[in-house]
Amino acid sequence: MTVAAAPAPPRGSSVDREQSMALAFLAPSLLFLLLAFVTPLVLLLGVSVSGRSGLSLESYAKLLGTGYYLNVIWNSLRLALLTTILALAIAYPAAFALARARGMVRTALLSCLFLPLAASVIVKAFAWTILLRSDGIVNRILIALHVIDAPIRMIFTETALVVGSVNIFLPFMVLPIYAVVTQLDRRLMEAAATLGAPPVAAFLKIVVPLTMPGVIAGVALVFSLAVSAYVVPTLLIGELYPTLASTIAKAYLLARDPQFGAAAGVVLLIIAIIVVTLSARLAGRENDR
Amino acid sequence: MSARIAILFAWACAIGVVVFLLSPLLVIAAASFSPTPVFDLPVGGASLRWYARISALDGFWPALSLSLQLALLSTASSLALGTLAAIALARGRLRGARTIATALVSPLMMPGLVLGIALLQYFRAIGFNATWSALLVAHVVVTLPYVARTMIAGMARFDFTLMEAARTLGCTFAQAIRRVMIPTLAPSFLIAGLFSFLASFDNYPVSIFLTDVRTKTLPIKMLQYIDEAPDPTLAALSTLILIATVVLLLASDRLVGLHRMAGTGD
Repeated sequence: MTVAAAPAPPRGSSVDREQSMALAFLAPSLLFLLLAFVTPLVLLLGVSVSGRSGLSLESYAKLLGTGYYLNVIWNSLRLALLTTILALAIAYPAAFALARARGMVRTALLSCLFLPLAASVIVKAFAWTILLRSDGIVNRILIALHVIDAPIRMIFTETALVVGSVNIFLPFMVLPIYAVVTQLDRRLMEAAATLGAPPVAAFLKIVVPLTMPGVIAGVALVFSLAVSAYVVPTLLIGELYPTLASTIAKAYLLARDPQFGAAAGVVLLIIAIIVVTLSARLAGRENDR
Repeated sequence: MSARIAILFAWACAIGVVVFLLSPLLVIAAASFSPTPVFDLPVGGASLRWYARISALDGFWPALSLSLQLALLSTASSLALGTLAAIALARGRLRGARTIATALVSPLMMPGLVLGIALLQYFRAIGFNATWSALLVAHVVVTLPYVARTMIAGMARFDFTLMEAARTLGCTFAQAIRRVMIPTLAPSFLIAGLFSFLASFDNYPVSIFLTDVRTKTLPIKMLQYIDEAPDPTLAALSTLILIATVVLLLASDRLVGLHRMAGTGD
């Protein structure tokens, strides 16, 4: 590093000034997040372990010790996993097509990615209940195509839930992957071909690693959004599929049991923190390459 | 040969994505013209009466006004905070800049519902019971990471020697920001602002814990309408919001190009 080799800058030098300016610029954001984000979360942790008579781990015992609540945690993770895998499977190839598009086609395709973000999650989830009803459009199309003979029940099933969830979170997978694919140098593939690499090997060894930062960003974002989704499960499956999010809402809004709600919140928070840390680690390793 | 198959497959997926993403929007748009009072695809004829009924929705105007205020003010605050932080991270030669960046962006991946209950407990504990201000603080927490993420990525690619060049050529610092930095970073500002606005405008899981009987945001009202009487009025309202967004997207495309905006997504 050149900075280390140079003699220590005198007080008031430009480096010094730049650093203190940087700290002054960062201070408002960090202070705000400390007061309005970190402190409330620490307080929540406190609430989750405070029973009527002092410290109590009762809520955690209930969450992690009963089959019903273990299943609730698994439901949240399962929804997030299925959503992430399916979204990645369609978004990854689609991002490549998107990156090849030019002019009007590109504008139209990108508009289609941005547009759904403008419709409320509530209304989109409700639209899926219309699409997936027994007399809904999806059933009618499947019958017309002779895929099925009679309408099948889709709404209030896990399939409906996952379809709706992928639909709502898909743009958050496509956009970060698209952002890295557009920066790929196409000559890399040509170079690999010239050097005799078969296309599949070239793709796996060159393109896939180069797109990893986008994939990591998309996977981390979609997983953490889906694991804590509240509106989608509520409207598309309801009581049949209790999740951590619905447990929290119920504890606060109906049962008035803040300690248990806070504990469920902390579990969800820990899942989110694991995802953030893991993705930051992986992204850091990608950057260091 | 296999390359061509791969490209065809990629295009098939892209078309699949588009159809899949647009289908609920088309259902909403079609339902808004329904002649019958059920939220469903219209059968036999079309009607505009649900558009006329939007303003008659119980508590609609206060909810819309509250949601617009929160979205605009939280976006403006987040843009100010996030841009300053991004400049600091790009220029400051700070140790641990990457960790700070992660910390600024991480609330994005924190469960909204958890943030909602945490803020509820916190505001109660410190005796802060002004609903409107509580909502604004919460919405800044929600929107700041969207802005920080985009602005940090944008600033990292911004060539700060351009600013020095502008200064050398006689611009004041403020002029250099206005004439050089803002136009160059326009796509980042636009996408950050757009994402931030929408994240606030459509927020349900944080707001639900902080509203009271008289102060309700639009998404909370909308879920209430759907629970009570899902008639096509809601579809009409959503269609209007969609049309406004199409106009906004076309304008953004004219101004800076959507591909530049999408490219700064991360």
